[in-house]
Amino acid sequence: MTTTATRPASLDTLSWLEAEGIHIIREVAAELERPCLLFSGGKDSIVMLRLAEKAFWPARIPFPVMHVDTGHNFPEAIEYRDRRVAELDVELFVASVQESIDQGRVVEEVGPRASRNRLQTVTLLDAVLEHNFDALFGGARRDEEKARAKERIFSFRDAFGQWDPSNQRPELWNLYNGKLTRGEHIRAFPLSNWTELDVWQYIKREELEIPSIYFAHERAMFRRDGMLFPVSEFVPRLPGEDPFDARVRFRTVGDMTCTAGVLSEAETLEAVVAEIAATRITERGETRADDRFSEAAMEDRKREGYF
Amino acid sequence: MTTAALADPLDPLGPDQRTLLRLATAGSVDDGKSTLIGRLLFDSKQTFIDQMEAIERTSRTRGEDDVNLAYLTDGLRSEREQGITIDVAYRYFSTPQRKFILADTPGHVQYTRNMVTGASTADAALLLVDARRGVLEQTRRHAYLSNLLGIRHFVLCVNKMDLVDWNRSVFEEIAEELTRFAGRMGVTDVRAIPISAKFGDWVVEPSQRMSWYSGPPLLELLETLEASEPPQHHASRFPVQYVVRPLRDAYHDYRGYAGTMASGVLRVGDRVKVMPSGAETTVTGIDAFDQQLSEATPPMAVTVRLADQLDIRRGSMIVDAEHPPIAASSIDAHICWMSDRAPLRERDRLVVKHTTQTTRALVEEVGARLDVNTLEYDLTASQLSLNEIGRVRLRLMAPLSVDPYDESRETGAFILIDEATSATVGAGMITAGE
Repeated sequence: MTTTATRPASLDTLSWLEAEGIHIIREVAAELERPCLLFSGGKDSIVMLRLAEKAFWPARIPFPVMHVDTGHNFPEAIEYRDRRVAELDVELFVASVQESIDQGRVVEEVGPRASRNRLQTVTLLDAVLEHNFDALFGGARRDEEKARAKERIFSFRDAFGQWDPSNQRPELWNLYNGKLTRGEHIRAFPLSNWTELDVWQYIKREELEIPSIYFAHERAMFRRDGMLFPVSEFVPRLPGEDPFDARVRFRTVGDMTCTAGVLSEAETLEAVVAEIAATRITERGETRADDRFSEAAMEDRKREGYF
Repeated sequence: MTTAALADPLDPLGPDQRTLLRLATAGSVDDGKSTLIGRLLFDSKQTFIDQMEAIERTSRTRGEDDVNLAYLTDGLRSEREQGITIDVAYRYFSTPQRKFILADTPGHVQYTRNMVTGASTADAALLLVDARRGVLEQTRRHAYLSNLLGIRHFVLCVNKMDLVDWNRSVFEEIAEELTRFAGRMGVTDVRAIPISAKFGDWVVEPSQRMSWYSGPPLLELLETLEASEPPQHHASRFPVQYVVRPLRDAYHDYRGYAGTMASGVLRVGDRVKVMPSGAETTVTGIDAFDQQLSEATPPMAVTVRLADQLDIRRGSMIVDAEHPPIAASSIDAHICWMSDRAPLRERDRLVVKHTTQTTRALVEEVGARLDVNTLEYDLTASQLSLNEIGRVRLRLMAPLSVDPYDESRETGAFILIDEATSATVGAGMITAGE
């Protein structure tokens, strides 16, 4: 016993990431009073829920899950969400953006590019207050975007839900400080160190079921800003945006209003992983219209209390 | 597309056995750090088309001749406005051999706490020196702090070799100076590479212009660096994080202790001691979801079952019965102070978080303060200000199960929390306990 203990060479990266994620989830469950896991049916939240399942086995997951429902979701994702929640026997809260609109808490954007993406923040913060949550697990990854590259694993939000990037707590070793001051809550990100490919490889390794929109399928699409969007009742099309049938899959599960699809023939998990491994365009660059507003779009939304 | 069309030699579908290397780097404006990281990402084909388009646009807008790879690591709005890095950024890249997490930190003295944060989880330090300027105060500070944080593998990149005419003796003098400096601290593994991050020499590809260098390029070196050691060299430590009691029919009598292996190897059948009580028992099972394991090594997250019903809760530690940790009610430690609100003073009361245990501490003595420029200790010091490092003695309200940080990062490290603000105000590395 003479030298510093560092990580043993034997553990592969996926196992290492899994262990780290489980560690984080257990820390939050142990140190916070009322955590909740944000679950959309998207691939990152699917992996996160799997880690939570493993962390407490054979006990049930000791916290509820919540979905912020914009009302513009892919029906396939909602169907998957309900099935998975029933399987795990966890409590599901649905926070509805439509209700926030109906109650006048937010005003719906208008026009062909209207999105409820930004409105989610108010619905989310209202739900945090209503249910007294002091910690929210989110599936964000640091490789997604440059504001996230600097965000802590335990990320603090003030009473207004705001993130202050210049005032983050130092985070050392695997020692997370979960002490809150009044009115604060934390966002905990157990997948911080995962990349998109790690997520897909893990889904493959664990043989996790995922919503069908992640696989190639025929769908009516239209082209806008160089991206392919699904035709839906939620998006009025502009002149020239004629629908056509295409074989597509989705790289992320967001709102139908701002999630673009990619042309693909990948019908199996193997084929999807192979495509992701070979892709040359970032996930957000290719498929998320919400990040295209400005260079600092994510940083601004996070300051406002976004996921 | 089909799987066969993959250009990547890695088979993304097979069991991925690639290990992870965690690196920490530090630097200031103009030493080429951002360019080097950009080059590593670009030449290892980790940059995406839309990212490249964005930095081409930025380079053009700012009137630069070439595409500036440094913009790949551009950060927050406030950082772009000031043209500096103020926080730790984490970068991810991989090769067919290995995956990497790089903690990218600012190098200025006023950001010592960020450097310490980045180094706390790293296996190896990437030190960057401008060939024209040689080993600077900042280089020595980075090397010293890396060593203090337990990093035993240094990779020295002597950058901007293009600006010294690819001169071999410039490189060798710098390499020797830093190797000597590291040697004095006890670091024997220093690999030096002459590079030009701007032109790519010896970063990913060999360089004709510096054919006198015979080692591997930087990326290949990082792929093969052996930065870990077998856990058998350490006594087993398992801090209990969470007690698992299912209370469901199928597992009515199940009682397990969930946690992350901190050091050593824990095997079914092992005789163990439970700290702090010291009671002994035997490991009867190690569960990891649907798998029953025969042993666990760091950093596996598992659930341990024991033969006897003992008083075990979060903060207890299951340890090798023959080689227990120190049950310390007082500890000596190196502390890096991270608060700008007030200095650390003798008689201060703070919260200590060590492994999964939290207690309170009284600052008995601030014994010495490190001058991070001369790297000498001022023995007359009695307080530590923001970014200062010193030797401190703490008296603990409840005993902690500790090992010296030199032997185990996991059971030798702690953080200090200000009770009034809940902020993390210090990082500690234990040197002794009693």
